[in-house]
Amino acid sequence: MTLALAAQGARGGLFEGLWGMGPLVSAILGFFVVLGVASVLPMFWTWAERRVAGRIQQRPGPNRVGPFGLIQALADGVKLMVKEDIVPADSSRFLFMLAPAIVLGGTLVAFGMLPLSPSGIIVDTHLGIYLIGAFLALEAIGVIMAGWASNNKWSILGGMREAAQLVSYEVPIGILFLMAGVVYGSLNLADMVHGQEDGAFFGLGGWLVFRMVPFGPIAFLVFYTAILAESKRAPFDLPEAESELVSGFHTEYSGIRFSFFFLSEYAAMFLLSGIAVCIFLGGWNLPLVPGSFWRDHGIVGELLAAASMILKSFVLVFVMLWLRWTLPRIRIDQVMSVCYKYLTPLAFACLLAAAFFVETEA
Amino acid sequence: MDFDAIADRIETRCPGAVLGRFGAPSKDPYVRVAPARLVEVMQVLRDDAELGFEMVVSIAGVDWQRWEPRAPRVKKDEAPPPEPEQPPRRFDVVYHLLAVHRNLRLVVRCACDDDDAPAMPTLTGLYPSADWHERETWDLMGIDFTGHPDQRRILCCEDWVGHPLRKDYEFPKEYHGISAE
Amino acid sequence: MSQLHDTGTIRPTGERELVLDVRTQDMEINMGPQHPATHGVLRVVLTADGEVVTSAVPYVGYIHRCAEKIGESVDYKMFVPYTDRYDYLAAMNNNVGFCLAVEAAGGIEVPPRATWLRMIICELNRIGSHLIAFGTYGMDIGAFTPFLYGFREREWMMSLFEKICGARLTYSYCYPGGVWNDAPEGWFDELLRFCDVFDRKWREYDALLTRNKIFIERTRDVGIVTAEQALASGWTGPCLRASGVRFDLREAQPYMFYDEVSFDVPIGRGEVGTVGDCWDRYWVRMAEMLQCTRIIRQCVESLRKDTVAGEVKTEMKTYRVAPGDAYVGIENPRGELGHWVLADGNDVAYRLKIRGPSFCNLSILPEVLPGTLIADAVAIIGSIDIVLGEVDR
Repeated sequence: MTLALAAQGARGGLFEGLWGMGPLVSAILGFFVVLGVASVLPMFWTWAERRVAGRIQQRPGPNRVGPFGLIQALADGVKLMVKEDIVPADSSRFLFMLAPAIVLGGTLVAFGMLPLSPSGIIVDTHLGIYLIGAFLALEAIGVIMAGWASNNKWSILGGMREAAQLVSYEVPIGILFLMAGVVYGSLNLADMVHGQEDGAFFGLGGWLVFRMVPFGPIAFLVFYTAILAESKRAPFDLPEAESELVSGFHTEYSGIRFSFFFLSEYAAMFLLSGIAVCIFLGGWNLPLVPGSFWRDHGIVGELLAAASMILKSFVLVFVMLWLRWTLPRIRIDQVMSVCYKYLTPLAFACLLAAAFFVETEA
Repeated sequence: MDFDAIADRIETRCPGAVLGRFGAPSKDPYVRVAPARLVEVMQVLRDDAELGFEMVVSIAGVDWQRWEPRAPRVKKDEAPPPEPEQPPRRFDVVYHLLAVHRNLRLVVRCACDDDDAPAMPTLTGLYPSADWHERETWDLMGIDFTGHPDQRRILCCEDWVGHPLRKDYEFPKEYHGISAE
Repeated sequence: MSQLHDTGTIRPTGERELVLDVRTQDMEINMGPQHPATHGVLRVVLTADGEVVTSAVPYVGYIHRCAEKIGESVDYKMFVPYTDRYDYLAAMNNNVGFCLAVEAAGGIEVPPRATWLRMIICELNRIGSHLIAFGTYGMDIGAFTPFLYGFREREWMMSLFEKICGARLTYSYCYPGGVWNDAPEGWFDELLRFCDVFDRKWREYDALLTRNKIFIERTRDVGIVTAEQALASGWTGPCLRASGVRFDLREAQPYMFYDEVSFDVPIGRGEVGTVGDCWDRYWVRMAEMLQCTRIIRQCVESLRKDTVAGEVKTEMKTYRVAPGDAYVGIENPRGELGHWVLADGNDVAYRLKIRGPSFCNLSILPEVLPGTLIADAVAIIGSIDIVLGEVDR
């Protein structure tokens, strides 16, 4: 059903037209591509996380399996897969087993709407970021389900925290999505990237983060803070706060089901960073490179665009890792007050400012 | 303020409560107090403007059942060392008090009247910290602190039998089917 | 429970006032015996209304070994290794505390070099213990890196101990009458180098955590314990000092040669919040570490000036302690560690009472936890810095 929904608003996709495929078939095919990419890549991000943590903490980190320990993630993945999948006797079995799938599924589907290059978008819909928001919201349902079905009080607390946090932080994120819509006149991420081409100052001036000073930068910082919370990264990692809630909502999970949560977290990190790059940091656009460059060089242009996009996203992901290994965790009431007292009003201000700027610029 | 001054002060405030003062061979001189007047003395020790013992540092029970002091060997020309006090009953409770602001220490000993079912009035009303100490003493020595709000075992598990620090305690051969030998 | 709970620790700003008009049910949660925040096998049964703790009942004794009974069964010398096992993060201090009590009861002489060495290892172990406190407290608050930073210097500290006594955790270095062995060649030079490096590294810890905005927000005005409460609950050590009471046994009732060295006693001043909050407890430990290196330097200087190498022990023998008793409390990293030795003239104590600081410090939990959030409960338990081996003995 979700795929059908995606196809409804679709105006094209990566595979559409190829061998006469319709939007639905294209979306389904695309989904499998995403499944492959988005579940293999996060494994290497876990490697990156551990190496970064190692650097920060003055220890080597994984360095035995393969060059620089790169294959470590694969080894971990295999280990998780062959581990016993324990379902607690008193849990609500069906929900317990369903929850990880919902969490991972939501993230992966949302991945399909992230453009990596001018035509590298699996499901190219008009709804764009709003559909992404909707699928990301699925995660909250999955997490509450996991917390509740585990029949473990720490899990329930973790699930409740997650629900409160996700629902709250979707407010500033949603408002900033609106702002992006106002600025670019579209909700489609690829359109937004195109909207940032060929600005002043060697192209940098077109990026939203440098426009409408100070509202552009503020909006970016607010958005970045909110996606930290949305992807449950420190200092907002309360739902799985190890020292408080043991492991939060996934305390009772093991083996492959645990790895689903894990993959979802890392996939969401990259996805949300990618969205931030698309909206604020010019997508694949680079300074001094004209916007037409990416489209005019065929497959080479597309690949270069994807590389630029992934690199930029990775910078944001790296900052997330950096924060995680440096900062302590904030408390649930502070999470809420940060969201409602600071981020939401700021996001509103940015939305209003954007409306004003767009009006005057036009 | 030295030990004698403190003891004098207690005797002025609570006449007849101090049964004796004992110095050497104890390195920390102590007063022996009648159990019936323990709470009263402690109240004075805590609240008296000149004393001010804010803290009960430790509460220890002593089982004197096998107490047979063995005098040390001394050379011929040396005087024999002082003898320790003969314990009046089987069980003693020893309170170590500390006056933080005045930097004083005091030891109070109190003998339990009943050798078979030793009991002592609780100090939890005066010193909240006495709570756990008294529970520990009950747990390990079996001294009942009358009036204690929550006298449960604290270190041993709740179904433990006996009080390990008593001199006639016999270690159980097994616990819940687990051999302890 | 739909009524407003009297939290007891509402902030001056009123931020923490919680008005609950939704009908919810209290939840009873077992924190521990296996829980990352309880630093061992402490079990706290929390009753929580959502995230707000309404009551807390601690249960201890999971690793009770009845050390006091053992102390009445083995002779004084043989009990030393058992002292390592109660506060295993400050085993040297335990050794020293027990030996001082036996020496006081038996009137046993200790060579001055041994006393200086004891002071050095006490302070060194205090650094190690506070480093663990610092690291695990960071973990409790959710920062992982301080733990590793703390362990980096602790590793060096432990290798210093390894060189002097051959062990890294349970040292058994002191015996009644002296210490087991003199320091090996070059040990003092390495020790001084450690002190210099440590003072530099200390700034790293400070920069990483102390003034971190989030850390301050998490610990200020949380778990406030007033001086009266602290005294009534039998708090000693850094916890008591954090509540604004300047009481350090090393200063107030000097033992060994502490009256011959100069050092400061940091106390809680409520720099970022209220006196006696979690931040103050954290800060007192941090500040104390610098004093430790200061004391160590002075000790090494005196030791080199006044004593001859090798004169550290009387022969290791079984002492018969004349009938009598002695209580000696020393300033352990967690507070006053007291040993009361009651001797009957034999080589085995008739009664040995161990007064552990963690045991007394922990008993305040039912008083301070209600009204806090679960995350605060973790922060408070962490800030008291307990070692369950010593709570349970």
